[in-house]
Amino acid sequence: MQRTEKQEFTTSRGTRFMGISLLIGIPTLLIFSFLLSPADDNMDDAVRLIYVHVPMAIFAYVAIITTGIGSVFYLWKKSRWWDTVAHASAEIGLMLCGLVLVTGSIWGRPTWNTWWEWGDVRLVTTLVLFLMILGYLALRQVPANPDLRAKRASVVGIIAAVNIPIVNRSVEWWENNTLHQKSSLTDGKLENLTLFTLFLGFIVVGISFLWLMTHRFRVGWLAAEIETEGIAGVIEERLNEANSGAANPNYQQKDDV
Amino acid sequence: MTHLGYLLAGWSISLISLSIYAWRVVRKGKQLTQQVPQDRQRWMTSSTD
Repeated sequence: MQRTEKQEFTTSRGTRFMGISLLIGIPTLLIFSFLLSPADDNMDDAVRLIYVHVPMAIFAYVAIITTGIGSVFYLWKKSRWWDTVAHASAEIGLMLCGLVLVTGSIWGRPTWNTWWEWGDVRLVTTLVLFLMILGYLALRQVPANPDLRAKRASVVGIIAAVNIPIVNRSVEWWENNTLHQKSSLTDGKLENLTLFTLFLGFIVVGISFLWLMTHRFRVGWLAAEIETEGIAGVIEERLNEANSGAANPNYQQKDDV
Repeated sequence: MTHLGYLLAGWSISLISLSIYAWRVVRKGKQLTQQVPQDRQRWMTSSTD
């Protein structure tokens, strides 16, 4: 159904539903993470950080893969829609990737007795991924016409997405150069309530990602509309100036003086 | 509970950062919707709206 009143926010029924789900989901996740789930035999209570760290890592991957897909489709279809998707997703991916590095570092201190380990391939490849997305967003700030800017950024977006399998598989490919364990989800070692809380974390972070993505996409679309309008306005202004100059004999006389 | 300081730091940094980012995006959206004519505001509603 088409809205009749003037739209003042990027909010819609879908985002409101997701927002209400988050208002219920976040406190529930906190209750399960801090009160109901058990401490781990090896990590003690530090395991409670995993319920936010791991889901954010997975959705950082999802965001950056979305940027890669958006970039490929932009280069293929030259569609502004795909470029806006890629841009929105990269910004959220940067946010999540940054938080993964910070929460991972905070978790590493009590668990591994270090904030950071340069010899750990998972840490270093994640940092490289973060810097690549930062580069993608920085490239979008370089003044250029919208098509050229999108084309340049798309190339970086695709390279960043190609980095995802390297980050994800690094603990298996270089297992002697990492403090990280292999996937705990697939080896069946997690207790029921731990596993449930982790999946709840995936659902909450997943809904947060979709909510942010929807709003950020709409912001990007509106910004592109304003930019297009601005460029069209400047062209129209120049054409009007040229036309009025040609029609007005005084214009030429003034110019000759 | 062991490592409570680390837990609180990790969770609060995550929740606060995401909340601030979400607030900034929504505020930016509000500013931009006022600048763009309604007939050019595509993709702004769910299909059920």
